[in-house]
Amino acid sequence: MEILIQQIVNALSLGGVYAMLALGLAIVFSIVRLINFAHGEIMTFGGYGIFLALLFGLPPAAAVLVGLLASIAIALTMERAAFRAMRGADVVSLLITSFAVSEILKVLFQNGISARPVPITFPPSWSGTYEVAGVTVGVVPTVSIIVTLVSLTGLTVFLRRTVPGMAMRAAAEDIEMLRLLGVRANRVVAVAFLLSGLLAGVAAVIWTAQRGSVDPLMGFFPVLKAFIATVLGGLGSLSGAVLGGFVVGALEVLTQAFLPDALAPYRDAIVLGGVIAVLLLRPDGLIPAARSARS
Amino acid sequence: MTDALTVHDLDVRYGPVRAVRGVSLSVAKGGVTALLGANGAGKTTTVMAIAGARRVSGGQVSIFGADMTGAPEDAIVRAGVAISPEGRRVFGALSVEDNLTLAGSVAGDSEARKAAMMARFPILGERRRQLAGLLSGGEQQMLAVARALMSAPRLLLMDEPSLGLAPQMIDQIFTIIEELKGEGLSILLVEQNAALALEVADHAVVLANGAVAAAGTPADLAGNAVLRAAYLAA
Repeated sequence: MEILIQQIVNALSLGGVYAMLALGLAIVFSIVRLINFAHGEIMTFGGYGIFLALLFGLPPAAAVLVGLLASIAIALTMERAAFRAMRGADVVSLLITSFAVSEILKVLFQNGISARPVPITFPPSWSGTYEVAGVTVGVVPTVSIIVTLVSLTGLTVFLRRTVPGMAMRAAAEDIEMLRLLGVRANRVVAVAFLLSGLLAGVAAVIWTAQRGSVDPLMGFFPVLKAFIATVLGGLGSLSGAVLGGFVVGALEVLTQAFLPDALAPYRDAIVLGGVIAVLLLRPDGLIPAARSARS
Repeated sequence: MTDALTVHDLDVRYGPVRAVRGVSLSVAKGGVTALLGANGAGKTTTVMAIAGARRVSGGQVSIFGADMTGAPEDAIVRAGVAISPEGRRVFGALSVEDNLTLAGSVAGDSEARKAAMMARFPILGERRRQLAGLLSGGEQQMLAVARALMSAPRLLLMDEPSLGLAPQMIDQIFTIIEELKGEGLSILLVEQNAALALEVADHAVVLANGAVAAAGTPADLAGNAVLRAAYLAA
């Protein structure tokens, strides 16, 4: 029973990180049709932001803030420097551009800081455990679940209740029509990148708090999982991305916890096999994106 | 007196194809100009170029006397132009009210105008919380017009407002066009239904193969037997 509850907490916590990364990918994709392969480096950049802030002696809470701002800044910068010039290009050109951005950033991390992991030490109290009804639960997974829920709720309210949020939903449907209304599309796209950067920054904080280090490839693997989550949920569908993130996270934790040792090396294969099975049954994903009928 | 819209010698290309070739037309202040012609004649391309959504490769577009050739969409909206586009293009995943709120966000005092739109189009008031994608075609057309009016335009571009609608709905739409004209709004009306368009217009331009085939008052055009047979058969 205790193990089950702990695994549920782990699944929600890991799934939450995947969900936020997948949501960031989906927000950008839904508006500019960019599959941003450099999304992982946004997360890594946030991790290095935290590392450098702590190195310069900032208190942990301030370092977290620096990490979030660093992620937002790099997301906005890559939009302005690399992707804006490619606006309207086909999906493949955009994808290759994002590969280039990703590689450039990885080399910068390797040569500018270190190719090897650098430590991030948050206060010991952050990585402690507590007991509820006789079950021992980690502080970081708990906090990460709460932060994930707050982020997802906040984003939902933003998209539904505010004019910039409405503009983003409208842009996903028909960005030319949005322009014809006099709304500046460049601003809407910048807000999309800002939000995806913020979500990747939150993911970076949770990830580094759990692992205690940053390396140039830190963002690569979780974002790979987030890609799978967006496809599983339905490419371009925001709620699908969130659901996909939690499903991939849960599958990963469950296979890790309950798979016999002999099958452990096939863990990723089993998770991906499950994803393929779902896509065979639902080719547009779990919650397909609502796209306008216009071509 | 300067016109609401003057298009002079407009050229628009899609790659090597000249979709619009040397088109000139104007809309007088408070007037309605009908832009007629068969499918593929270049009507929508002309309108989209005026709205700033197609690159102008030659000629001039003046809006209330100001040269707006090649200006971006938001500058053209600020100059007082709004569009109800072909195919209506309401945001189906947004509620009726959010469609209006979004369009009103580019001009001040959005709440008051939203209330005015719901009064003018009662069906939109009734369905304010519904998703726009669930409205009927006629209701979506009402919403497209109301959405265009949310930026308080002085010149309205209407592209095929009657297309695919039931006759009763078409009557309603044309009643609204008459009302808007009565309020002093200048209108460029693209229509396939030439007979109806000529009833409300005080000037008409006929396009064929991307160029102006004829222009004049509705009486001139309606009296021209060749034109009637070729382009105006409604």
